[in-house]
Amino acid sequence: MEWIPRLPLAQWIESLLDVLTDALAGLTRAISAVMQTGIRSFVNGLGGMPWWLLLLILVGLAFVLADRKVAIGSAIGLFFIWNIGLWDPMVSTLVLVLLATFIAIVFGIPLGIIGGLSDRFYIVIKPILDFMQTMPAFVYLIPAIPFFGLGSVSAIMSTVIFSIPPVIRLTSLGIRQIDHELIEASDSFGSTTMQKLLKVQLPLSLPTVMAGINQTIMLALSMVVIAAMIGAGGLGGEVWRAIQRLRPGDGFEAGIAVVIMAIILDRITQRIAARDRK
Amino acid sequence: MSDGTETQSKARIQLRNIYKIFGKNPQRGIDLLNKGLSKDEILNKAKLVVGVSDVSFDIFEGETVVVMGLSGSGKSTLIRCVNRLMEPTAGQVIVDGVDVTKLNHDELRDFRRKKFSMVFQSFALFPHRTVVENVEYGLEIQGVEPEERRERALNSLKLVGLDGWGDHYPANLSGGMKQRVGLARALTVDPDVLLMDEAFSALDPLIRTDMQDELIALNDRVQKTIMFITHDLDEALKMGDRIVLMKDGEVVQVGTPEEILTRPATEYVERFVANVDITKVLTAEDVMKRPRPVAYVKDGPRVALRKMRESGLSGIFVVRQSGELVGHLSAERAADAARKEDKWVDEVTDREHVSSVPLDYPVRQLFSLCTSGNPVAVVDENQILKGIVVRGSIIAALSEANQDYHGSDESAPADASNSAGSDLSGTEDGVAVSAADAPAELSADAAEEKEANA
Ligand SMILES: Nc1ncnc2c1ncn2[C@@H]1O[C@H](COP(=O)(O)OP(=O)(O)OP(=O)(O)O)[C@@H](O)[C@H]1O
Ligand SMILES: [Mg+2]
Repeated sequence: MEWIPRLPLAQWIESLLDVLTDALAGLTRAISAVMQTGIRSFVNGLGGMPWWLLLLILVGLAFVLADRKVAIGSAIGLFFIWNIGLWDPMVSTLVLVLLATFIAIVFGIPLGIIGGLSDRFYIVIKPILDFMQTMPAFVYLIPAIPFFGLGSVSAIMSTVIFSIPPVIRLTSLGIRQIDHELIEASDSFGSTTMQKLLKVQLPLSLPTVMAGINQTIMLALSMVVIAAMIGAGGLGGEVWRAIQRLRPGDGFEAGIAVVIMAIILDRITQRIAARDRK
Repeated sequence: MSDGTETQSKARIQLRNIYKIFGKNPQRGIDLLNKGLSKDEILNKAKLVVGVSDVSFDIFEGETVVVMGLSGSGKSTLIRCVNRLMEPTAGQVIVDGVDVTKLNHDELRDFRRKKFSMVFQSFALFPHRTVVENVEYGLEIQGVEPEERRERALNSLKLVGLDGWGDHYPANLSGGMKQRVGLARALTVDPDVLLMDEAFSALDPLIRTDMQDELIALNDRVQKTIMFITHDLDEALKMGDRIVLMKDGEVVQVGTPEEILTRPATEYVERFVANVDITKVLTAEDVMKRPRPVAYVKDGPRVALRKMRESGLSGIFVVRQSGELVGHLSAERAADAARKEDKWVDEVTDREHVSSVPLDYPVRQLFSLCTSGNPVAVVDENQILKGIVVRGSIIAALSEANQDYHGSDESAPADASNSAGSDLSGTEDGVAVSAADAPAELSADAAEEKEANA
């Protein structure tokens, strides 16, 4: 079958990216600079704090947002991470995860709301979200570099792209699955679209939205680790270094630290979602 | 509740040739209907679902109109066309002179705020709001001040008997209470028109009867125009000033409960009504009530008059000492006699125009006898007066007995025809009757009071 010419898909994508990077160079560089400073000050701020103070703050948050059990578990887990000497990488990973999640939420929830209200938008966006979620995570790393250069900004950007589908999807779903009679009830009293959204649809979809945020955080964490390949640092960086130096012990230590972080973040967001449900 | 067909009150809601077709290019469905195709043919041929087809009727001020029909007959679709939760494919909905179908988005919103409230089958309470927050929702979105709307919400809660439940969440309430909240929420905005889509269908039979009674009582006070949907004939008979019977999206008959029962317009209605075949089982004895004070032949006209006045009656049955029925005496005749100093009631008693029936007289035929408004006497084989029957007590007894009877197998509210028909025709007399006794008497009393006041 030699006579069938190979589809030059890779070339097309590359030239598209070239065009985009050229066109958007000014913008991306500006974003990159701003974010770089933001990230650095965040990491410095948290990292500059005595470790026990930050630990207490995090455990306190776990107590307020979740409950005592989660707080105790967090305290033990975080202490362990400090003990094996991975405190600083943990802090920078945490900062990346939180920033990426924040950006994903800021864009994802409004998109999710539109998808919840408009059938047409939902039909368009659903296959795109499926596509985004099944694409291997590594692939997002490559185009980020020409836009934002090596480092944490690229890491965050590819993390946002990778982790945003669940918030969008579950926000849409949360709005769509509201009992139709409740929407009719709201309409029958003469609510405006905005009143209906704020007083009925959003409050009722909140538990589902929280589940979406939870998934987004989990995806962000896994992506931030992978993003060590393009210089994101943090716990992923530790794993990466262990691979290069063939030191499985170090690699596992960093891996266990990631697992601990995942469990803490997961339990806290799950507890928030469960509380909203009541 | 007034009877719209008799009084000259004005039409509050006028439905004019309403169609609702579901599917792509619904207009085509109307063309096909006009060509005489049936609902099923249109579904097969054009993949269009006919929800409502050419429905026209009026609802008068202060009237309760019950729309009833089997599942899928288009009741919910029709009621949603009234406040345009669904857009009618064709036709007009005129409410207080305004064609609702012509309103734009903002006008419609304002119109809904002013005119309509809706009560839903599955209550549709907002689970994230407390009871009182639910009840004040309508006022909240109209921008009413928090203190005022809270006060009005608490008032409506009182009205439906839920004083003190304001801070609970709907999830903590029983079904009956939830629907009271739904009712309170609807009443708080003081709408002109209440739209109730199977509001009581999800409640268990006993609670349901309570709610029906309460809505009737409540409506005597607040005087709303109500469009009430049900698939249950008993409920329709009880609640409706008039009943609209639907089948496959079309109206098959509009009439008062008596008209529907006694003069079914089509075979379909007849079959529907046949489900109330409790009328065959019930006899005069079952629906009669204790003879109210009677006049004796040796009473003086003044004594008879006083008896009438004391019990608020406009006429009285006259019996011999033995209890044997002699005739009927109207207050008018008695007053006449008193003026003329006639000595005995016996002399002025009307012996001709008295309807009396035996104890085993079928209730079905009683309807026609009762339409004059005069009570009917029930006598035994020796002509001894055993009881009396008024129009109100028949309908009350029918719905109460029927409901109480299949209270136990009400689990599937979907289809009125199979819930009543077969099992009731096989009913032992005794079962249905004993269930009927007490409530029938109570309701009959109320009905009579109304008559006396009129
Ligand atoms: N959104 C819709 N899309 C398509 N068909 C619909 C839609 N809503 C209702 N229908 C159809 O319209 C017809 C009338 O339905 P409707 O819900 O008005 O019946 P109903 O009399 O209220 O029945 P029930 O007693 O079950 O509530 C049914 O055949 C139903 O399948
Ligand atoms: Mg319905």
